[in-house]
Amino acid sequence: MVSLINEVFKKARNAKRPALLTYTVAGDNTKKKSLDILKSISAHADICELGFPHNTPIADGGQIQTSAYRAIKNGIKINDVFAIAKAFKLSKKTTPIILMGYYNMIYQYDENKFLKKCKSSKIDGLIIVDLPYPENKSFSKKCKRKGINFVQLVSPTTSNIRLKKIIKDSHDMIYYISMLSTTGGKLKVSPKKILENYFKIKNQNKSKNVVIGFGITEKTIKSLKKADGLVVGSAICKEITKSIKKRQNAVTNVTNVVRRLKNKIK
Amino acid sequence: MKLKKGIPLIDQHDQFGFWGGKFGGSFIPETLKKPVEDLTEEFKKLRKNKKFIKKRDYYFKNYIGSPTSFVKLENLTNHLGGAQIWAKVVSEANGGAHKIYNATVHALLCKAMGKKYIVGDTGAGYAGKMLSMAAKKFGLKCKIFMGAKDIKRQKPNCDAMKKNGAEIVPVYSGSQTLVDAVSECMRYWVSNCDNTHMCVGSTVGPNIFVKICGWSTAQISRELKVQLESEFKKIPKKIKLINCVGGGSSAYGFWSEFVDFNKKQIELIGVEAGGPKKSKLHAAPLSRNAKIGVLHGAASYVCQDNEGQINETESISAGLDYPGVSPIHCFLKDTRRARYTFATDEEALNAHVMVTKFENLNPSLEPSHAFAEAIKIAPRLSKDTIIIVNSCGDAKKDRDILKERLGKN
Repeated sequence: MVSLINEVFKKARNAKRPALLTYTVAGDNTKKKSLDILKSISAHADICELGFPHNTPIADGGQIQTSAYRAIKNGIKINDVFAIAKAFKLSKKTTPIILMGYYNMIYQYDENKFLKKCKSSKIDGLIIVDLPYPENKSFSKKCKRKGINFVQLVSPTTSNIRLKKIIKDSHDMIYYISMLSTTGGKLKVSPKKILENYFKIKNQNKSKNVVIGFGITEKTIKSLKKADGLVVGSAICKEITKSIKKRQNAVTNVTNVVRRLKNKIK
Repeated sequence: MKLKKGIPLIDQHDQFGFWGGKFGGSFIPETLKKPVEDLTEEFKKLRKNKKFIKKRDYYFKNYIGSPTSFVKLENLTNHLGGAQIWAKVVSEANGGAHKIYNATVHALLCKAMGKKYIVGDTGAGYAGKMLSMAAKKFGLKCKIFMGAKDIKRQKPNCDAMKKNGAEIVPVYSGSQTLVDAVSECMRYWVSNCDNTHMCVGSTVGPNIFVKICGWSTAQISRELKVQLESEFKKIPKKIKLINCVGGGSSAYGFWSEFVDFNKKQIELIGVEAGGPKKSKLHAAPLSRNAKIGVLHGAASYVCQDNEGQINETESISAGLDYPGVSPIHCFLKDTRRARYTFATDEEALNAHVMVTKFENLNPSLEPSHAFAEAIKIAPRLSKDTIIIVNSCGDAKKDRDILKERLGKN
């Protein structure tokens, strides 16, 4: 079976542009609002990543931490995350949704139960920040059996030997972390250098869709448009924070940001 | 789940870094895989290198001041009537606590790896103070991550860090204590791992940090074993080694040489922070039946809710105020080699008062938890039972808290 994720990348490739991936935190700042945001931005985003918030996020910078704490404070539970995803998929059948978070939440929920729930909520993929290769081998196999894409992460520190093994074990999508940073850091590496590393990965197996994330904003997105896909997270979370502060409509504001991002890579 | 004999506990893990098949591991972001692997290789090499060991021992002796003394607390023993109470006065170590062992070793590793920057977390401020001392000693630039709440309550140690030229980075997220400091320190390392070495302040975190810290603090029990043999001619028949447990670095160091002994001869007792008597919050994952979870790169018993969100903790002792615990202590608990209990804030305070009243000893609030247990059990034990408490920190840093709670200077 061809995965929805693969199809979306194919479509973007045919349109000669990278796929746009967004990241928002489930329940930020309410369950309903985060669903509204998802529905609205998916008019422009090709794939939606939805974070299940954790209160000890060791790889996230300030913006996503703020969103996560806000969502937790407003009472988001893991089953709400599934409910949001499910409701989203009911209205947007062709937009893939990828859940992203930390392993302890899955561990407490129970791996098998979690994947079953992913399946019934029509989740297309999973990114687990603190479950690297090879520790993720058994879990990623389980995902594959359920037809869920397990997204492997690759970073500038990943050695060549490791890279080969990771690519071999990857599913349809690989996530390249642009630089040594937590999410939302300022892009401290030149786009040229990032793309150089990107093609090192891409050229190993052209059938894999490789996306770049971390440090991508309205300012930097255009310079990386040669990639298969680009992920924007912190810039969106920041916009939600700003809208709440200014008592403006977060759905409209965030949608505008995502539209502008999309226009820059068309 | 079984302990092996003749192998240090820090090495009794499987290829993925798990003790007993389920505690520990390395749950880290991809970016940290390489620096963690590099550190693992370097440590593996250096711990077998005679020159490095010689260097370590040189600094342990001449810089830290090993061995720290082992003394009988005659007055306390007489007052309680029952078991003999002894103390291993680890707070005599340079800087005033056991944290200096781990800090010194990390500074040596950092130098060996050619890195110029070192960062670390701290709760009570001892890990930070010692790292700043070691950094100064070995010419490294140092940053210490510390919860904003802890900065307020452990001011004397913060002053020391600044004096040593370290930068203190206050952490305002979450509960503003050790758990948040460790998270922020790890985030900093993710962003700067190419030129910076990270020191985790206790036997927690990804597998390699548990090992390095345990290898460093093990000095305590090596000394104690020699001291026991010289004091009693041979290892006595009934010993109880009581130690406070936050992350568990001093307890591991205090026990490591004695793990292979029969527990009827040498009982290992870990005392966690029970928090205020009237509060539901505590920092005692082992003794108050927390579930296994993943925190800061390792699986251990963790204070958490059903969903896996980490719980806030509460303790009068900043050094024990941590929701997780070393995977090695989880392993010792599940193999029943060690017994874990807790003392409340009030019990620890009372113990501090009693010890300082009877003895020329000034244990900080962390080891005061261990003394609370000793005081509790000593009266009903026979006179030939030897209770040894690891007095692993000095109360100078607790000046403000003690003044507030006891009205003394």
